[in-house]
Amino acid sequence: MTGATAARGGGAEPAGGPTGEKDHGIHLLQQMLRIRRFEERCAELYSHSLIRGFLHLDIGEEACAVGVIDTLSPDDAVVATYREHGHALARGISMRAAMAELEGKVEGCSRGRGGSMHLFDAATRFYGGNAIVGGGLPIAVGLALADHLQGRRVVTACFFGDGAVAEGEFHESMNLAALWHLPVLFCCENNLYAMGTALDRSESETDLSLKAASYRVPSWEVDGMDVLAVEDAARSAVETVRAGGGPHFLELRTYRFRAHSMYDPDRYRDKAEIEQWKQRDPIPLLAERLTASGVLTDGDLERIEGEVGAEVDDAVAFAEAGTYEATEDLERFVTSEPVRAGEAS
Amino acid sequence: MVTYREAMRQAIREALTRDDRAFLMGEDVGRYGGCYAVSLGLLEEFGPERIRDTPLSESAFVGAGIGAALNGMRPIVEIMTVNFSLLALDQIVNNAATLSYMSGGQFNVPLVIRMTTGAGRQLGAQHSHSLEGWYAHIPGLRALAPATLEDARGMLWPALQDPDPVIIFEHGTLYNIEGELADDAGPVDINTAAVRRPGDDVTIITYGGTMRTGLGAAEQLAGSGVSAEVIDLRCLRPLDTATIVSSVARTHRAVIVDEGWRTGSLAAEVSARIMEEVFYDLDAPVARVCSAEVPMPYAKHLEDAAIPQVADVVAAVQMLGG
Repeated sequence: MTGATAARGGGAEPAGGPTGEKDHGIHLLQQMLRIRRFEERCAELYSHSLIRGFLHLDIGEEACAVGVIDTLSPDDAVVATYREHGHALARGISMRAAMAELEGKVEGCSRGRGGSMHLFDAATRFYGGNAIVGGGLPIAVGLALADHLQGRRVVTACFFGDGAVAEGEFHESMNLAALWHLPVLFCCENNLYAMGTALDRSESETDLSLKAASYRVPSWEVDGMDVLAVEDAARSAVETVRAGGGPHFLELRTYRFRAHSMYDPDRYRDKAEIEQWKQRDPIPLLAERLTASGVLTDGDLERIEGEVGAEVDDAVAFAEAGTYEATEDLERFVTSEPVRAGEAS
Repeated sequence: MVTYREAMRQAIREALTRDDRAFLMGEDVGRYGGCYAVSLGLLEEFGPERIRDTPLSESAFVGAGIGAALNGMRPIVEIMTVNFSLLALDQIVNNAATLSYMSGGQFNVPLVIRMTTGAGRQLGAQHSHSLEGWYAHIPGLRALAPATLEDARGMLWPALQDPDPVIIFEHGTLYNIEGELADDAGPVDINTAAVRRPGDDVTIITYGGTMRTGLGAAEQLAGSGVSAEVIDLRCLRPLDTATIVSSVARTHRAVIVDEGWRTGSLAAEVSARIMEEVFYDLDAPVARVCSAEVPMPYAKHLEDAAIPQVADVVAAVQMLGG
C-alpha cells in the first residue's frame, strides 16, 4: 500500500511506488498544465462574455482526471459531470473542439448544443458532461452492462463529486453494478463541498469509501492531489475491473481552488483552508518531485509552458474564427437523422 | 383467441428472437413472470441475462437501459406502472430525451420503455394515473398507446428499430381483452392515428384505455341516428395532426376522450390543434371528456365516476347539437 492510498472492502492493493520513466512523468505534468492553462483562459473569456452560462472550473483537481484517464484504453468509456473540461482534455477531445463548444460554435464537440457542462465526443467514447448530480451513474452502469452482455473487456470510468453520494442514484447504481458484477470504475472526486454545502453538513457518514464498501464494492481512498498516487490506484483498479473483478470505487480526495462556478462568491469556505490546500497544488507537487529526481529541468518546464500556451492560443483563435450553427438547424438532432425507422417501415 | 397480454408477450418473444441485442429488464419480469404476467415463461425461454430481474431501483435500471442502448444494445425496460416511472423521470427526461440533442447528434438512445397506465382496477391514487400527456410533452421521446391486439402485437418491433427512445403505454384494463389475431400479425406503423370506426356527424378522438369507451359511445349514438367517427391516436408524440383535422373538417364536430386530467392535458393539445387547423370548419366548440381532477379513488363507484364512461361521451356528443 502506498502512503497516499488506503484500500477497503477486499480490493487488491494498488501497485506501490511512483510510475516511472521520465517521459511519462512529464506527460502527466503536461496534461495537468493543459487543463490548468485552458481553464485559466476560460475564466478570462468568461469575464469578456465570450463564454456564458455556468462555467465550473476544475482548477486544483486536475490530478484526478489525468491520473485516472491516463490508465484507460481507447476502447474504454468515460462518463463525467458538469465539471468536465479536464476529463475531456485528458481523454483526448481537442482543445480546439472544447473551446469552440464553450464559445457556442458549431465546430464545438457538441456543435454548441451543450456548452461547458455538456461536452460529448463519440470518437473518444466520452459520454458527457452530465449536469444532473448523480445522473451519470446509472448510464455508466448501462454502458458496462452492454459490454458485459457483448463479452467485451471494456471499462467504464464514471466520475462524480461528493455531492452525488447524497443522491439515490448513487446508491441504486452502486448496488446494481455490484449485484451484476459490472465493469465500472466509480471515481468520486471528493472536493469536500457539494456546491456550497460542506461534506459534514451533508452526510451523516463522511467516509465515502465506506458507503461504496457497504455495497461490497472494493474501494480505495486516494490522495487526489498526487497524480502519481491517483494513477497507481487507478491502474490497479482498472486492471482488476477489466479482468472481471466487478465494479471498483476510488475516493479521490481533492479540492477546487476556484469557486463552484463563475456565479459563486465563495462565502462558505475559509480563506485559510483554501490557502492550505493550495500548498498541495498537484502541478507544483509533481513538478518539484520530477525536478528533485532529475527528470525535469527548468528548460523542460519552460518548453512545456510554451507548448501549452501555444495550444491554448490556437484553441482560442480556432473558437473565435468558428461559426454559429444556423438557427434553421435548431431542431436538428432532437431525434436521430436521417430517417426514423418507423417512417421507413 | 389471444389476449392483449399474450399479444404483447408474442411481441417481446419476436424481438428477442430476431435481435440478439434485445433484452427485457425490470422489476419482477423474470422469476415472477411480470407483475401483469406479460413476460410469463420468457425467463425459461431466454434465460436470466436477457430476461433480467432488477432491484426496485427505477432510476438506476432505466438509466442502465439508456447506457446499454448507447452502447449497442436494444433494451426493453418494463416499469410496473406510470406512477412508478416518476422515480425514473430524471433519466427519461434529462438523459434519454436529451442525449442526441446535447451531443449534437453524436449519440442516440434506441431504448424502449414499456409501462402500465390508467385506472379502472380499484388500485387507488398511486397505481392508476394516466400521465401519458406528460411524456408526450417532451421533445426527443416517442410515445405510443396500443389500444388493440394488433397494436399490442405490432408496435414493439418498430419501436425497437427507432433510433431514439420510445415509451409504450399499456392500459391496465386491456391486458385481459381477448380477440382474434391473425397468425401472421406483425409490425405495424407507429406514426399515424387510425380511424377505428368511420362516421360523418362527429369525430371522437381517443387513445389507449378509453379507445373502447369511444367505440362504445359510437355504437350507442348509432342507435339514435348519430354517425360518429372514432379516431385512435395510437402515437401520442408525435401527434398525427393530419388524420385528426381531415376527419374534423368533414364531421365539423369533435369530442376528445382522454383519461388524463383535463388541465394541461393531451386532450388540450389535440383541441388546440383543431382550433389552429380547422377552426372555421367547426359547427360547435370542441368538447373534452377527461378524468375528474382528483387523485384516483379506490371505491368502485367513485373510480367509475372519476374516469370517462360511455355515457359521458354520449352526453358530450349530444351537447354539441346538430
